[in-house]
Amino acid sequence: MSQPTDSQRTYLRDGPDLTGAALHDKLAGTWGDRPGFWGWAASVDHKSIGRRYLVTAFVFLALGGVLALAMRLQLSGPQKDLIGPDRYNQIFTMHGTTMMFLFAVPVMDAVAIYLLPLMLGTRNLAFPRLNAFSWWMYVAGGSMLWIAFVLNAGPDAGWFSYVPLAGPEFSPGKRVDFWAQMVTFTEVAALAVAVSITATILKARAPGMTLARMPVFAWSMLVVSLMVIFSMPSIALTSAMLMADRMVGTQFFNPYEYGDALLWQHLFWFFGHPEVYIIFLPATGFVSEIVQAFTGRQVFGHTAVVLSLVATGLLAFGLWVHHMFATGLPRMGYAFYTAASMAVAVPSGIQIFCWIATIWTGRPRFGLPMLWVLGFIVTFVAGGLTGVMLASVPLDLQVHDTYFVVAHFHYVLIGGAVFPLLGAVAYWFPKFTGRMLDERWGKVAFWIALPAFHLTFFPMHYLGIMGMPRRVYTYPAGMGWDTLNLISSIGAFLFAGGVLVFVGNALWSLRHGEQAPADPWQAHGLEWATSSPPQPYNFAHLPVVTSATPLWSAERPVAHGLRVEDREVLLTTVLEARPDLREPSPMPTLWPMVAAIATTVMFVCSIFTPWAVVIGSLPVAVALIAWFWPKDRSHQGEPVVD
Amino acid sequence: MASNAPAQTFAIDLQPLPTHAFGRRSLTWWGIVAFFLIEGTAFVLAVAAYFFLMGLDRAWPPPPFTPPDLLAGTLFTMVVLLSEIPNTLIKWAAENYELPRVRGLLVLMSAIGLVLVVLRGFEFNSLNVFWHQNAYGSAIWMLLVLHTTHIVTDWVDTLVLTALMFTPHGQEGRRFVDCSENAVYWRFVWLCWLPIYALIYWLPRLVN
Repeated sequence: MSQPTDSQRTYLRDGPDLTGAALHDKLAGTWGDRPGFWGWAASVDHKSIGRRYLVTAFVFLALGGVLALAMRLQLSGPQKDLIGPDRYNQIFTMHGTTMMFLFAVPVMDAVAIYLLPLMLGTRNLAFPRLNAFSWWMYVAGGSMLWIAFVLNAGPDAGWFSYVPLAGPEFSPGKRVDFWAQMVTFTEVAALAVAVSITATILKARAPGMTLARMPVFAWSMLVVSLMVIFSMPSIALTSAMLMADRMVGTQFFNPYEYGDALLWQHLFWFFGHPEVYIIFLPATGFVSEIVQAFTGRQVFGHTAVVLSLVATGLLAFGLWVHHMFATGLPRMGYAFYTAASMAVAVPSGIQIFCWIATIWTGRPRFGLPMLWVLGFIVTFVAGGLTGVMLASVPLDLQVHDTYFVVAHFHYVLIGGAVFPLLGAVAYWFPKFTGRMLDERWGKVAFWIALPAFHLTFFPMHYLGIMGMPRRVYTYPAGMGWDTLNLISSIGAFLFAGGVLVFVGNALWSLRHGEQAPADPWQAHGLEWATSSPPQPYNFAHLPVVTSATPLWSAERPVAHGLRVEDREVLLTTVLEARPDLREPSPMPTLWPMVAAIATTVMFVCSIFTPWAVVIGSLPVAVALIAWFWPKDRSHQGEPVVD
Repeated sequence: MASNAPAQTFAIDLQPLPTHAFGRRSLTWWGIVAFFLIEGTAFVLAVAAYFFLMGLDRAWPPPPFTPPDLLAGTLFTMVVLLSEIPNTLIKWAAENYELPRVRGLLVLMSAIGLVLVVLRGFEFNSLNVFWHQNAYGSAIWMLLVLHTTHIVTDWVDTLVLTALMFTPHGQEGRRFVDCSENAVYWRFVWLCWLPIYALIYWLPRLVN
């Protein structure tokens, strides 16, 4: 037995003797990506991956938004024939699928991928190659689905693909298979990001950043990542069962051969309900960060806010059956899931009250990010209240599958997640781009979008109560639905206009916006301690944290002694964030991209033959082995045994 | 604003810190635990689906099918349980940086993996039902396929690690951490198997 010993090489390290411009030159060379396409493709820099994740998610938002407008055009009056029933089925399925799987979850991941290492005071995410792999998988899955749609093979059984409609008997062809396989792509991507984020939050925080001092957004992403880890396997499993039923003749959902269609609903919603909170909780993290920066104080009831996040995460796994009230349940089941669904309003309410108290007791500045937060509070509370209504079984049975439910979930998803997201883009825009987002045009966008949103979705409550069902491609005249539908359609186009102004402003500001300083908002978090946009290495010296609002502290201590000619990061202990290990961080490589291409070929071919899984796994295995095999011993200079 | 920021002070020197450690101090361990949770959740849900289908007030297995034959699955279970002995020895040897022992034991574990994969092939042949015949067959095939994916991926992982430890890379401290974590993963693989073995081979016997 022999302990490994370090070689006799002496390494260049940051510190009092190596700081400023000399250190910058060294670190930029070590952590920077090579120029050109291949440098971009090989990048494992969380900022590069986060940026492309963000842009991709907004592209899918635009695509999903165009589908929404097409539906609103078709429904703007009775018996319109702009879109036929088959195309309409594909469109509402693609809209829901795109918004949930290809926009809402990835966009929250995108912001986290970009910001978390900056907020936590480290140089990169843990497992950065896994993170790079996840983006390629996400793009491949989304592209596959949209190419299928353009070729008239888009899924048409709803974003939840209920059996028996989605089963082999009632959905022949490949439409549902494309849906199921897209789920596989995005769930691989989301799980990869969740592992990367969880490990980063638990092991790579700046020295002194105890769990109690961790930013609320990081708390929200920790809860969300664990929720992804516990919920995504459910959709992975059940979409695989669906594909197996369709392709190799398994009988999971076939009641004539001892299967059961309700098994699908249980497994789908065991994922599907937590999914809603996977989208919503990061948004509450944005809100907490923005409210703190724009009131100049730590969030009121910090512990209560964090415990609310954790409680919501736990309760989210006990609610799924409320999507199944109309399937018939035992009495006890009704009572339990009604109670659980109402209970989840409590932690959300606590957070709302804490934000109001923060604004009340702080010195609020009503800048653009803060306006979106206020728009969020108003809209989300309304959506939350209809949620409590829907938790009641008699009411749910009345309005099940009507536009009341459509109104409810657009209030909680757009109001609860997209509004805070737009606030977050406004808040962190200077950090992402080095430019300020134009405040005036930003406010124009807000004041168009907020009323237009309510104009679109508020009438849907009434439409639902009046009995208008969801997922119908048209409706007869004389039902009393015409005017409300027309108002809703006008609102939808105005809302799209507001979002366009927001995007146009962002594009204009990218080029012409005012240059952003490191900390334009006098904010509290570590991400504002570094330049805007940050250097490839994030921090010249790693920050040391002594409070939950480090930038408002009188001192700015740093840690030093990491190697600067190799990629080295610091690992700290889980609870106290005491410095523990110096860990090499992976170099850029093309192998995650190659592995993603191999996996894509396997997944897409397996829609057409099950043998693709067997044969296709060989190139995947080769790519993964090449990815993991250590490349250059001299570079890392690890301690070795004799 | 940045210009008003307090001057930075050098508070902590990180140079004396080690560059690798075993167990929960290592990042690899946390990555592996995350994958335990993902795969474990998939297994738990697959088991839940099995019980959901079994609980539909029908015979399990439905007649005229008979429960799977015991021989291959039981042999597999015995071998996989015994494999924990060399597995634990690898973990100890790795944490003491004993390269020759690590190499020898990894070769042994690779051979055991091959035996297990072959036995698994016989298991598929002894289920007495095909996946397409009814939901009972679908459920037990699903459990066995899921676990086969598990065992094959960890076997390939062990083969790659064995090859790696025979190269100069094997002398690095971090590679011993990899060996230790691979042993932890193997424990998860066989621990998952035990309830699945009971569900495939014994429960259909007990409920009839």
